[in-house]
Amino acid sequence: MKTSVSYKIFSVFNYTLLSLMVILCALPLWHILMISLSAPGPAAANEVGLWPIGFMIDNYTYALSQQGLVQPFLTSVQRLLLGVTLNMLMVIMAAYPLSKESSAFPGKTAYSWIFIFVMLFNGGLIPNYMLIKDLGMIDTIWALVLPGAVSVFYMIIMLNFFRQLPKELEEAAFIDGASHIRTLISIYLPLSIPSIATLTLFASVGHWNSWFDGLIYMRDPNRYPLTTYMQSLLSQLQRMTSSRDAERLAFTSRRGLMMCYIVITLLPIMCMYPFLQKYVKSGLVLGSVKG
Amino acid sequence: MGNDGKEAFLRLLSTFFIVSSKEGPFMTAQSGQPRSSLWHRFLVRSKIKQTWPLHLLLLVPIVMVAIFNYGPMVGISIAFQDYMPTKGFFGSPWVGLEHFQYLMKLPDVPQVIKNTVVISFWKLVLTMFSSLLFALLINEVRNRHFKRFSQSVLLFPYFMSWVVLGGIIIDVFQQTGAVNKILTSIGLEPLSVLVDQGNFRYLLYGTNIWKDMGYNMVIFLAAISSIDPALYESAVIDGANRWQQTLHITLPSIAPMIVLLVTLALGGILNAGFDQIFVLYSTPVYQVADIIDTYVYRLGFLSAQYSLATAVGLFKSLVGFVLIIISYWMADRFAGYRIF
Repeated sequence: MKTSVSYKIFSVFNYTLLSLMVILCALPLWHILMISLSAPGPAAANEVGLWPIGFMIDNYTYALSQQGLVQPFLTSVQRLLLGVTLNMLMVIMAAYPLSKESSAFPGKTAYSWIFIFVMLFNGGLIPNYMLIKDLGMIDTIWALVLPGAVSVFYMIIMLNFFRQLPKELEEAAFIDGASHIRTLISIYLPLSIPSIATLTLFASVGHWNSWFDGLIYMRDPNRYPLTTYMQSLLSQLQRMTSSRDAERLAFTSRRGLMMCYIVITLLPIMCMYPFLQKYVKSGLVLGSVKG
Repeated sequence: MGNDGKEAFLRLLSTFFIVSSKEGPFMTAQSGQPRSSLWHRFLVRSKIKQTWPLHLLLLVPIVMVAIFNYGPMVGISIAFQDYMPTKGFFGSPWVGLEHFQYLMKLPDVPQVIKNTVVISFWKLVLTMFSSLLFALLINEVRNRHFKRFSQSVLLFPYFMSWVVLGGIIIDVFQQTGAVNKILTSIGLEPLSVLVDQGNFRYLLYGTNIWKDMGYNMVIFLAAISSIDPALYESAVIDGANRWQQTLHITLPSIAPMIVLLVTLALGGILNAGFDQIFVLYSTPVYQVADIIDTYVYRLGFLSAQYSLATAVGLFKSLVGFVLIIISYWMADRFAGYRIF
C-alpha cells in the first residue's frame, strides 16, 4: 500500500499514543505487584516504584495463612461454584422452552413477558434486603447465589443461540420419538457447548467480582467473600486518607499486604482472561444481534 | 411424574392458559372427544399434551423470579408505610404519600439527582468518545502483534472488580501515593483528587474510561472488521486517503452500532455507577459525588430510614422504567435492535 508522508507521521504519532495508553493502563498493576513484593519499610514510605525494594514474599505467605485470606477465598470459591451452576441450570431450563415458536408452545409470550418485565423494573435495594432477611438467608451462602440465579440477560443470549440451531434436528428427534427433555439433553446441549462455555465464564467473573451483596447480606465479617473482605479493608484505608493521625501510620505499614491481597483477588481473573478475551466478541455478537 | 400428578399439573395450568393461548393456529382437534367442554378446549388450544415438559422446565425459573424479583416489588409498599422493623411489614401504619412529600422538601434530593445525571452523562460521552477514538486508532495499526497486544491490555480492566480497581486508585492517588510523588518530583503541586470537590468527578470520569473503554472499543473494532473491504478498495481507486476513508466509510458504517450503544446506555442514565463511587468517595466529596444509589444505601443501611430509602428507590425504578422503555423503543427504531 502506498503511504504518504503525512500518513507516516500519523503512524508514528499513533504508535506512540497507543503505547502510552497501554503503559498507562498496565503500569498501576505492575506498581502494586512490586509493592506487594517489597519489604514493609520501603512499601510504607512509598519508595517502591517499578522494581521491588527488599524483595520478599512474606506478604503472600501471610495471606495464605489462616489469619489471612483463606476463609474469604474459600467463601468466594464456594459462591462461584454454586452460583454458576445455578445460573446455568436456570438459563438452560428457561431458554429451551422460550426458544420455541409461540405456535408450537402456546403461552410462550406470557412467560416471556414475566421475564422481560424483570429487566425493566426492580424493587430496589431496601425491599430486596427485606426479602432476604425475611427468608432467613442472612449470613448464608444462599443470599449470594439465589437472588441472581435467573439472569434474564444470559437467558436471552442462550435462547437466541437455541433459535439459530436448525429446526430439522429437533424435528428428526421428535420423529424418532424423543421427548422435549431428551431433545434438550441429547441435541441442544451438545450443540451449544460454546455458548454455555461463554456464559459460564462471564457468570464466573460476575460472581468472583461482586461484593455488594456480601456486604449487605453478611453480618458476620468472617462470612465475607473475598471481594467484600477487600472492600471492608479498603474502606478503612479510605477513611485514613482524609485523616492524618497515628492510625493511618499503622495502616500504611500494612500497605504491602493490602496490595498483595489485590494481586491475589486478581489472579483467577488473570487465569480466565485469555478465554474471556476470546469469547468477548462472540458473547456480544450473540447478545446484540437481533435473534 | 405419575399420571395423577401430571393431571393435577395440567389442571393448574389450564386457568392461566385459557386466557393466553389465543395466539397460534387451532390445533386439529382429536376426534371422538366432545368439543364443547372448557377443559377439552384448553387441552387442544394449549397443546398441553405435547408441551407440558416445557411448562415444567419453566416452573423453577418462574418460581425463582416470582420470589426474588417480584417479591421485592410487593415490598415496595413500605414506601407508603411508616415502616418499623419491630412491627414488621403488616404492623406498620400506612402514611400514603407522606415520604414523597417529605423528600421533595429535602435539599439533598435535587442535588443527588443532579449529581446522578451529570456524572452519568459525562461518563457516557467521554467513555464512548474515547472508545471510538481508540478503536479507530487501533484499526490503523498495521503490526498484528502490537494490535492484539494493545487490545488485550486495554480490555483487561473491564474484567476487574471496582473493589480491586478502587484499591489501586486510592493507593496511587492518595496524598503520599505514586501520582503525587511524580508530580512533586517534577516540581508541581501535589493533588488530593480523592477528597477534593473540584477534581473528584474528573477522577470518576478518568477511571471509568480506564475500566470500560476496552470493552466498547472491542465492540467498535468488531463492527469495523465486518465492513465490506470492497468499499475501501473502490474508495482507494477514487483517490481517497486514509482520513477520507475513515470519515466517509468507517464512521458511517459503524454509526448504527454507536447509536445502539448510546441509546441502550441512555436507559441506564440513572445508574451512575454505584460500585465505583461507593469504593472511591468519602465524606468530603459527598456534595459532588453522592448519587441516588449511594444515597439510598446510606439512608437505608446507615440511618435505618427504611421507608424513606424505599421511596427514593421507587422513584428511581419508576423513572428508570420509563427511560428503558424509551431507549429500547429508540434502539428498535434507529438501529433495528430488539431484545427478543
